[in-house]
Amino acid sequence: MSALSERPAEPVVGRAVPHESAALHVTGQALYTDDLVGRTKDVLHAWPRQVMHAHARVTALRTEPAYAVPGVVRVLTAADVPGVNDAGVKHDEPLFPDEVMFYGHAVCWVLGETLEAARLGAEAIEVEVEPLPALVTVREAIAAGSFQGGQPHLERGDVEAGLAGAAHVFSGELEFAGQEHFYLETHCSLAHVDENGQVFVQSSTQHPSETQEIVAHVLGLTNSEVTVQCLRMGGGFGGKEMQPHGFAAIAALGATLTGRPVRLRLNRSQDMTMSGKRHGFHARWRVGFDESGCLQALDATLTSDGGWSLDLSEPVLARALCHVDNAYWIPNVRVNGRIAKTNKTSQTAFRGFGGPQGMLVIEDILGRCAPLLGVDAAELRRRNFYTAGGTTPYGQPVRHPERLATIWQKVLDASDFAARTSEIEAYNATHPHTKRGLAVTPVKFGISFNLTAFNQGGALVHVYKDGSVLINHGGTEMGQGLHTKMLQVAATTLGVPLHRVRLAPTRTDKVPNTSATAASSGADLNGAAVKNACEQIRGRLAQVAAERLGISPADVRFADGAVHGIAFASDRLAWEEVVKAAYFQRVQLWAAGFYRTEGLHWDSSRMRGEPFKYFAYGAAAAEVEVDGFTGAYRTRRVDIVHDVGDSLSPLVDLGQIEGGFVQGAGWLTLEDLRWEEREGPHHGRLATQAASTYKLPSFSEMPEVFNVTLLPNATEEGAVYGSKAVGEPPLMLAFSVREAIRQAAAAFGPPGLSVDLASPATPEAVYWAIEQARRSTEHGHVDEGAPGVLPDQPAADAPPMVPFSERVQRMMTRT
Amino acid sequence: MTEELQEITLTVNGRRHVLAVQPRRLLVDVLRDDLGLPGTHIGCEHGVCGTCTVLLDDASVRACITLAVQADGRSVRTVEGLADGMRLHPLQEEFWDKQGLQCGYCTPGMLMRAVEILEQVPDPTPDQVREGIASNLCRCTGYQYIVEAVLAAAPRMRSENPWDPTVPTEAKA
Repeated sequence: MSALSERPAEPVVGRAVPHESAALHVTGQALYTDDLVGRTKDVLHAWPRQVMHAHARVTALRTEPAYAVPGVVRVLTAADVPGVNDAGVKHDEPLFPDEVMFYGHAVCWVLGETLEAARLGAEAIEVEVEPLPALVTVREAIAAGSFQGGQPHLERGDVEAGLAGAAHVFSGELEFAGQEHFYLETHCSLAHVDENGQVFVQSSTQHPSETQEIVAHVLGLTNSEVTVQCLRMGGGFGGKEMQPHGFAAIAALGATLTGRPVRLRLNRSQDMTMSGKRHGFHARWRVGFDESGCLQALDATLTSDGGWSLDLSEPVLARALCHVDNAYWIPNVRVNGRIAKTNKTSQTAFRGFGGPQGMLVIEDILGRCAPLLGVDAAELRRRNFYTAGGTTPYGQPVRHPERLATIWQKVLDASDFAARTSEIEAYNATHPHTKRGLAVTPVKFGISFNLTAFNQGGALVHVYKDGSVLINHGGTEMGQGLHTKMLQVAATTLGVPLHRVRLAPTRTDKVPNTSATAASSGADLNGAAVKNACEQIRGRLAQVAAERLGISPADVRFADGAVHGIAFASDRLAWEEVVKAAYFQRVQLWAAGFYRTEGLHWDSSRMRGEPFKYFAYGAAAAEVEVDGFTGAYRTRRVDIVHDVGDSLSPLVDLGQIEGGFVQGAGWLTLEDLRWEEREGPHHGRLATQAASTYKLPSFSEMPEVFNVTLLPNATEEGAVYGSKAVGEPPLMLAFSVREAIRQAAAAFGPPGLSVDLASPATPEAVYWAIEQARRSTEHGHVDEGAPGVLPDQPAADAPPMVPFSERVQRMMTRT
Repeated sequence: MTEELQEITLTVNGRRHVLAVQPRRLLVDVLRDDLGLPGTHIGCEHGVCGTCTVLLDDASVRACITLAVQADGRSVRTVEGLADGMRLHPLQEEFWDKQGLQCGYCTPGMLMRAVEILEQVPDPTPDQVREGIASNLCRCTGYQYIVEAVLAAAPRMRSENPWDPTVPTEAKA
């Protein structure tokens, strides 16, 4: 067992404790960014001037009429920007654009004494535009050759030879939708200017350090002159990883120009029409299987719908390519990726970060090809699992593949899979108008940021003279329970009761240069950093205690607020006593902790390396019942077994698994982003810009029986106290629901039919799948044999994948 | 902007307030901005998600689509009034203990809706709770622990009778 993963006796980690802010939440006392406005004097309110064209050049912008509106204090335009007029790090997303790039793009902002004044002021601004041709769908962008950023290429083996030697070759196409984050708390920032021009921004951000950087570059300040704090978020899900920066910069710019605090909170329709979402994808693929259904080759081209600017599209696409294998060994692989540039919001991170999109491609392939191969879908999946010695297409050995087989068997057993499959066959044979389906799907998800540099974490831990402990770390809390876990880690390492440790809000002036709380890595990176800081302090206190106990410092133990020697008969000192003694001996009682994930390397231009510290595994079995008249369905039962290593906090982890699954099921079955695709005045308008038209999972769609269990005895050597990351992987357990729906729809047709299913599989989409099954004995749109559908291959001059951050690294290496 | 203000009387969590408001001012803005009760959160802003749920007299309403003048002369209960002094309401304790929350943003609305459910149906079946809570959205959880929390609170509310909504908080102290 490694020093990082080893737990002391009776650790506080592993205990099922409730969320650290639960008491505040249930009493309504927990503060979110917008709740601070009521505590702040003389706040100005910001309102955007959105332009309702999908693509247009701004030919005139007259702000004077806004000033005629009572209560309008200031209009912010590009001319006000002292630094860089850009909301991102790639310099492709102007904060105040002179070209409208999507329907609802804000071209300037108005500050008012009241929100009402700011709104009326924004309406009064006169904007003249020259409309330009717009591309709204990913297919339009592909046809027009409208791409942005690098085009990654991942290859192993010889795909053409693999396909030529395969017993069965199939090809097809798939297009699937993105997803609105719909965090219940919309984007919000509150900016102040302190003494000497120091800017303080409170923001609902998953990435305070980058929010700080963007605010600084917009204002022309150094990072040291800007502090960003995030108390907590009312949900993030990736939507607040990159998107908050521009809004924070607007608030900060307003504060510096007026000297007054500025609040920028998007209302729901602004949030939905202005902020990025999960990328929808288009894929063309060819796949080869041998006689027994084992994958021989995969050739696929994935095109993500990036929207108007790059944002995080490149790393999202990289992760998609790195997950196109999901849990399956594919000897010969060629996957090309490209990012469509469309006139939509700038699509961004969303729980899974491209992983779900890559995995959906292979799961869809297996779901469609299983009937054509005459192999049961569950058996086809199992047959293709990674086994010992397997490596991913990008060259990373797959450690612990046996966990896949173990989890799979546990899910089959827990769900009584074989018996229920027979029951469902009998049910379907006797029910012409409703059909049931039962499907099981696996998850293998790589943990760590693909880009090696981001895999570092920091912490600052103070022990005060009274023995109380205050921790601060680089991660943000969005409900995922990170702070709860960090408190448990600190209490475990210092050997004090949980109530002795308090956690202070995330701030860039406490822990600098942090990575986003993203990639499921929050607990891994920050937990190890907190542990490191606590170990430094504990080591110093051990010296003090050792002298008092008359033993070697190596024999001192810290547990449950007491300090003692390893011998049973050892004297015991109170934690507080040792702390006080240390203070009087002038021993440093605080420490900065740091952690870097060891053993990672990644070359994004070649798409090769070992970018992940480990893989998280899971599997889910889902049963649905589909109505043949309407396509409506309900989820009758879900059984999940998931690998979180040795859980740091079981209540938190179970909640993450359950919630991740539900969010994934929402993406795949309910949540239908519709954009106006027809030419006309509303071309490019997001039609589903409210909770009334964008269907989110509610209790009505929950599985009637929902069993979630953690894989036991699952210590992960490479992570803090043997745990594994849990934020994203469970989302992809929801593939089981989609595949169960496919099977139920297919049951309306003759046996062994391959059925296409749109994503999201809304009742309407399911209805059409049923119709396809009923109408004919023809299979869906899967071509068998050559040539079939040929995935586009990249042009010779396609730009390689070189994410911006790596470019910066290289530039710095050169100078 | 030029509309005349209308005087209204609201009894919020047992406390009487006389306010002058624009007729189109929303109840949620009055609670958050004028009365300093930010525990009632704003979610979808058009009556779908239930995040802003409060009790008007004894029935839940969406404060984001309720005008403050509609509450004139009536009593409003918000999450801030749920505890009895330092003593938490059983629903608060059960949501806390059973992890019936993650980011916490939907929690106040969930709690108020749950109060209504249990006041109307003191001994609900799991299905009744599920159906009742289906009115409110949570984006983080899969709702399972929320239902468990409500079901656990029900017998406690029946036996402990911790909170009589007709008695103002001051009178109980």
